[in-house]
Amino acid sequence: MTENIVVTSGKGGVGKTTTSASIAVGLAKRGKKVAVIDFDVGLRNLDLIMGCERRVVYDFVNVIHNECALKQALIKDKRFENLYVLAASQTRDKDALTQDGVQRVLEELAAEEFDFVICDSPAGIEKGAFLAMYFADRAIVVVNPEVSSVRDSDRILGLLSSKTKRAEAGNGKVQEHLLLTRYNPARVATGDMMSIGDVEEILGIKVVGVIPESEGVLAASNSGVPVILDDTSNAGQAYEDAVARILGDEREMRFTEAPKKGFFQRVFGG
Amino acid sequence: MGIFDFLRKGPQNTASLAKNRLTILIQEERDRSGRGAPDYLPLLRRELLEVIRKFVNVDANAVDVKTHKDGDHDVLELSIALPDKATGGA
Repeated sequence: MTENIVVTSGKGGVGKTTTSASIAVGLAKRGKKVAVIDFDVGLRNLDLIMGCERRVVYDFVNVIHNECALKQALIKDKRFENLYVLAASQTRDKDALTQDGVQRVLEELAAEEFDFVICDSPAGIEKGAFLAMYFADRAIVVVNPEVSSVRDSDRILGLLSSKTKRAEAGNGKVQEHLLLTRYNPARVATGDMMSIGDVEEILGIKVVGVIPESEGVLAASNSGVPVILDDTSNAGQAYEDAVARILGDEREMRFTEAPKKGFFQRVFGG
Repeated sequence: MGIFDFLRKGPQNTASLAKNRLTILIQEERDRSGRGAPDYLPLLRRELLEVIRKFVNVDANAVDVKTHKDGDHDVLELSIALPDKATGGA
């Protein structure tokens, strides 16, 4: 069975593509056959984060318009032979993606016995975002502990429960996971940032992972190596935990408490 | 907390402010979109209206059916607006 997972958020810039890349790599690392698809037509970026931008010949829209075979457009990852990237097109045509076309690609991937297809949604609630979520079995809603991101996530949760194939067919809802990114435990401790519990309570669902704000994320995208492969960074390890939980393992949350202060810091502040 | 913390200015605990604002806003937005409400509400509303009209001649929009959360409970709230001077029905 192929499982389609959409990575979505509503708001832009919260870490959807970073998350898609790391989740895809994390699943592939565990031996799963994975395809990760960039649905952000016009603003291709997943290829850069995955480090395969020089190897894009055909893209998602070419496949949908029958300009090439799916196999020709799937870019095989250089690190994991069971991981493939399908890049977004850079066309400005908003109607380049069609529901039938997306369905056909997903069916072909299922026939090729992929275990997981990760759909990296564009920001917003337009057609690309709708098509990225429509065929999903599961959703990872990426959220920052910040007011506009939390509000947009709630809109997306509403759409997941009404505008997806599963919701329309009434055969079980899309399984929803919340992934909290750019979390800063020190700021939570001083009351300047909403906590994990706050966000869970507002949105009414539990987090599947908490990714701390980390320098490793920028370094990873600079070098085209998904941050999950940097096991020296907190963010990479937190993604590793999130992947384990998505596969059903129980893991304690890490990197969610502010580091203990030393004596001088406690006395003099800082 | 350092002993010089009082020297620092700035808004205190903006996180709880954010949480309160979002809690109210999101509840309103969910209510408006009818999200999370059971799908039998429109039918329930129509049948209630029919029953009430057997006794009181009320407007078509006199019956309002809503659900909301109160702590751990789901509350079904019925509001029926009677005309100024109730007239007997059929």
